[in-house]
Amino acid sequence: MKNKTSFPPREGVAQPSRCPDNSAFKQQRLPAWKPQLTIASVLSSFFLTGAFCLTVGVCLVLSANSVREVQIDYSDKCSDCTKLRENSSNWNKECHCSANFTLKEDILGDVFMYYGLQNFYQNHRRYMISRSDAQLLGRNVNMLQCDIFLFVMLTIRMTVFDSQMLLIVFPADTIELFYNRNSSVIQVPLLKTGNSWWTDKNVKFRNPESYNLSSAFAGTARPPYWQKPAYLLDEEDERNNGYVNDDFIIWMRVSAFATFRNLYRRLRRVRHFAQGLPAGNYTFRISYNFPVSKFKGRKHVILSTVVWSGGSNPFLGIAYLVSGTAAALAGFVITGIHLKLRKKKTYFQK
Amino acid sequence: IFAFLALMCLILAIGNGIWEHDKGYYFQVYLPWAEGVNSASYSGFLMFWSYVIILNTVVPISLYVSVEIIRLGNSFYIDWDRKMYYPLNDTPAQARTTTLNEELGQIKYIFSDKTGTLTQNIMCFNKCSINGKSYGDVYDMSGQRIEVNENTEKVDFSYNPLADPKFAFYDHSLVEAVKLNDVPTHRFFRLLSLCHTVMPEEKKEGNLVYQAQSPDEGALVTAARNFGFVFRARTPETITVVEMGETKIYKLLAILDFNNVRKRMSVIVRSPEGDLTLYCKGADTILYELLHPSCNFLKGETTEHLNEFAGEGLRTLVVAYKSLEEDYFQDWIRRHHEASTALEGREDKLSELYEEIEKDLMLLGATAIEDKLQDGVPQTIETLAKANIKIWVLTGDKQETAMNIGYSCNLLNDDMEDVFIIEGSTSDDVLNELRNARKKMKPDSFLDSDEINIQFEKSSKNQLIIPDEQANGVYGLVITGHSLAYALEGNLELELVRTACMCKVVICCRVTPLQKAQVVELVKKYKKAVTLAIGDGANDVSMIKTAHIGVGISGQEGMQAVLSSDFSFAQFRYLQRLLLVHGRWSYIRMCKFLKYFFYKNFAFTLVHFWYGFFSGFSAQTVYDEWFITLYNLVYTSLPVLGMSLFDQDVDDRWSMLFPQLYVPGQQNLYFNKVVFVKCMLQGIYSSLILFFIPYGAMYNTMRSDGKAIADYQSFALMAQTCLLIVVSVQIGLDTSYWTVVNQFFIWGSLSVYFAITFTMYSDGMYLIFTASFPFIGTARNTLSQPNVWLAIFLSITLCVLPVVGFRFLKAQLKPTPSDKVLLKIKEAKKRPPPPSPKRRLRRTSTRRSGYAFSHQHGFGALIMSGRNMRPKSPFATTGTFSPNSDKYKHKGL
Repeated sequence: MKNKTSFPPREGVAQPSRCPDNSAFKQQRLPAWKPQLTIASVLSSFFLTGAFCLTVGVCLVLSANSVREVQIDYSDKCSDCTKLRENSSNWNKECHCSANFTLKEDILGDVFMYYGLQNFYQNHRRYMISRSDAQLLGRNVNMLQCDIFLFVMLTIRMTVFDSQMLLIVFPADTIELFYNRNSSVIQVPLLKTGNSWWTDKNVKFRNPESYNLSSAFAGTARPPYWQKPAYLLDEEDERNNGYVNDDFIIWMRVSAFATFRNLYRRLRRVRHFAQGLPAGNYTFRISYNFPVSKFKGRKHVILSTVVWSGGSNPFLGIAYLVSGTAAALAGFVITGIHLKLRKKKTYFQK
Repeated sequence: IFAFLALMCLILAIGNGIWEHDKGYYFQVYLPWAEGVNSASYSGFLMFWSYVIILNTVVPISLYVSVEIIRLGNSFYIDWDRKMYYPLNDTPAQARTTTLNEELGQIKYIFSDKTGTLTQNIMCFNKCSINGKSYGDVYDMSGQRIEVNENTEKVDFSYNPLADPKFAFYDHSLVEAVKLNDVPTHRFFRLLSLCHTVMPEEKKEGNLVYQAQSPDEGALVTAARNFGFVFRARTPETITVVEMGETKIYKLLAILDFNNVRKRMSVIVRSPEGDLTLYCKGADTILYELLHPSCNFLKGETTEHLNEFAGEGLRTLVVAYKSLEEDYFQDWIRRHHEASTALEGREDKLSELYEEIEKDLMLLGATAIEDKLQDGVPQTIETLAKANIKIWVLTGDKQETAMNIGYSCNLLNDDMEDVFIIEGSTSDDVLNELRNARKKMKPDSFLDSDEINIQFEKSSKNQLIIPDEQANGVYGLVITGHSLAYALEGNLELELVRTACMCKVVICCRVTPLQKAQVVELVKKYKKAVTLAIGDGANDVSMIKTAHIGVGISGQEGMQAVLSSDFSFAQFRYLQRLLLVHGRWSYIRMCKFLKYFFYKNFAFTLVHFWYGFFSGFSAQTVYDEWFITLYNLVYTSLPVLGMSLFDQDVDDRWSMLFPQLYVPGQQNLYFNKVVFVKCMLQGIYSSLILFFIPYGAMYNTMRSDGKAIADYQSFALMAQTCLLIVVSVQIGLDTSYWTVVNQFFIWGSLSVYFAITFTMYSDGMYLIFTASFPFIGTARNTLSQPNVWLAIFLSITLCVLPVVGFRFLKAQLKPTPSDKVLLKIKEAKKRPPPPSPKRRLRRTSTRRSGYAFSHQHGFGALIMSGRNMRPKSPFATTGTFSPNSDKYKHKGL
């Protein structure tokens, strides 16, 4: 190395020197920040994360606990209807059943009503690839391009696709909620719009452009277990009909797992229900259209409130608590090991 | 890894078969099987191939592309390195291949040529101490010592027509002393011109060429010649010296030759005036004990000078003389004659006689010869040796010369337990010599219980890889070309490899170019090690081509070596920078790159695997397909490239100072199967976190406004955001050298991800390309939720914190050698001035002298006997010149 300094590169050589440029980049001398794992940074990262996780975990658990939730599994209660529906030829016979439950305390605030499905593989790939977003956007799509699968069914003619007809699945059960108050039965007012994402409702889904909806859907097949064709999903509200029907949109937002819940109705806070749902006896009246027993599915209806962190799912809170504790414990272990090692080191140095 | 991929696909395919059988069959009401699929097993078979397509991202194409880019970048760094640029002949280092950079960090064996590679093949008389005065250093006006460089004014020897024009000396005071007829100075140079075994050759008048047994002797005689004591010719009985222009013929009465025990040589001459003098030169340790007590004071001063010379790495000799009395000498020479004709114990008797006469010497001074190695060669070799690199010198030179060079460039030294010399001339001799050497190095290597012997018996001879054996000390091995020819024959190969590889240094002399290649081939065959060959001449080409990596010195011997090499530069000393800095960095970068790349792709891909269990094994991807496309291409490619182009765990100065840092590369500690499995496990762990935290967080939950969030698209977005942030943090952890570029790449990639995501999920894109961007609105609706961010944060914490803790604890509890070095560096950095990289190579006093001779018997006896002498030089007596007349013209010219 001594010699390296003793040959300073000559400057100003007449011939263009082949000496490489003396730039920081080429000489790999770019200024840099060289972080290293020190005991201080490691411990502080562990303890800070631990503390943070514990705090967040406590908040999450508390808030998740404050969520009031009622979940009723009505798959068994409606076993008669199930049997009826299993024979697909009975699709147009109406079938009703009901489920009762009692609220011991008031549920205050906004109350949301969800339907839940178990064991329903909406996330199956064949299910996913069968949708045609263009069609849902109301565009006329060349039929041949449509895949044969489910969502397409709405608009294509019943021709060769007969056997695939069964695919369109819309849990077309309609659920109504009744409040039994002093032997009088009051239907709980529920909102059926405003339940989907704004982008879905306004951008993603559009009805075909036509002077009236039924003609636009003329010639389309009615999916199985649908009591009504698409253009009759909501006859009262033009802006909630056809593809832009909220129930339909929500259903079309495919769930990630085989067990899921989708928002169905919101409580309209008027009269008795201005504060939420008062305590008392309630009845769900279910018009049962959609059998799940074949694939061992379960159906639920759920009433729930929400908080800032979402619903009553305690997972995040517990996970935060656990990892916070683990981080803090690991921090202590590391401190212990470090102290022990340092003692040893000083011992050896002596 | 492909097996792993196949295994995953197989598991999923079987899973699919079972699922379709158990559930899908009943689910057909809503989800009929695809056309042509009529059984669960067939569906499983199809699914196998679907998963092959989805999961093949564990080995992405971009890996190969990135590897090439990194190699190219690191090659450019070699080209650009100013510290490997040789200004004297304007030669930068050159990486001629771009595919071998990381192997530069794994070299275990270096095969080096000698001439032109290690040495410039020039010895020169550099300094001397005469009568307590040191000559050779150059001082400026203020008395400060200045470094000698090419601009320093040389001493003008024009007064001496017989001077060697190539000789350079910078201290004018010595010439002054000569011109002033200073008696000790004259005596000093007279000694140098008389006391040696050099043969002169004068083909043309005035053009003297010396044939010296050792280059050092040649240098000393040349020095004397230049200062006006020209050794002109020798006969068995006389030595002709032109002494300051005056031809004198000394009668050579005896040569007391050199050997390893005596470490000195003497001549006894009778001057034309009739004085009898004994001139002696030798190692200081020996000569100091023979001095007359009257020179004690001078001895002290000379010792000081000697230490100074030795500290500069010069090879020193002490010179002394003694006047003899006629009577005593006649008696001695008679006894000498008797002894040399004795039949029994001749050696002993002679050495007794030598001892007797070499007594009470008068100290004259000391010489210091610079062995003109290339600059920095001993330091380079020392550094490389510390880096656990074994150096084999393959040279066509004679054994003595090779060993001399070995000593002078620190390859061989006195710290070695032993230097074995293999010079047998039959196959059996060679075998015995090799075995004896091995027995000494590792006595139990011949037992049957020795692991390697057991291994020999088990495996067939051809594909044998010999593991490294540990000798019980530091040894050197010298083997001659003749013996090498035997040793390279079939059954001796193994012996040679086992013995030679235990030695730290192997010198093969008198080898042919073909043998050079054979030796390299041999090591390649039996050792799992990366080899490097370095040379400059055409005779090294075969060796350069055979070794894994060939390095050419672009020197004087033409371009053949360079043209067939992988790397080339101008000086041997750049090799340490090439290996310890560039090689090490390249290796570490490549390993870090591979580790990270596999990690990130495992973490990325395995999420699909877990999702398979929840989506009916239907080959449904977790992420948006755009994300899958862009993940390796855009989001994660640049940060890892940035890391593997700029990362430095320690900077170049430290990696040169601590060559031990090179060792992990040789053992391939940074990327092997264990490391791969580790990063695979880390990837699996991360993917578990990355899947199950979003799963848990999403499961049956809703947004804070009650709307559902557990839909597929939100889940996909959440999982991919988690993944991207986790791998970005991970690369942040891996990067130990954050340059601006790294910062830019990492933060840039993250922001590009969010920008692209929001763009792709925007209304406009959806309305234009409906089929391509179905994720409209997901980003806006999902990323506004606090619990999504909490889940993302949690998965980052869970992925990264254990890694931090694990790495820290590993460095604390089980520090690898390189960790220790890094710690040392850290401590050293705290002290304000880091230790200067300039280290003087200090030799201890026992090592510093005696090298001026060959390490064998001289051929003084031959000269005295008169055999093998050339006819007397025709010009021997013709030269007369005066040192003070510049206009001198030689008669003969």
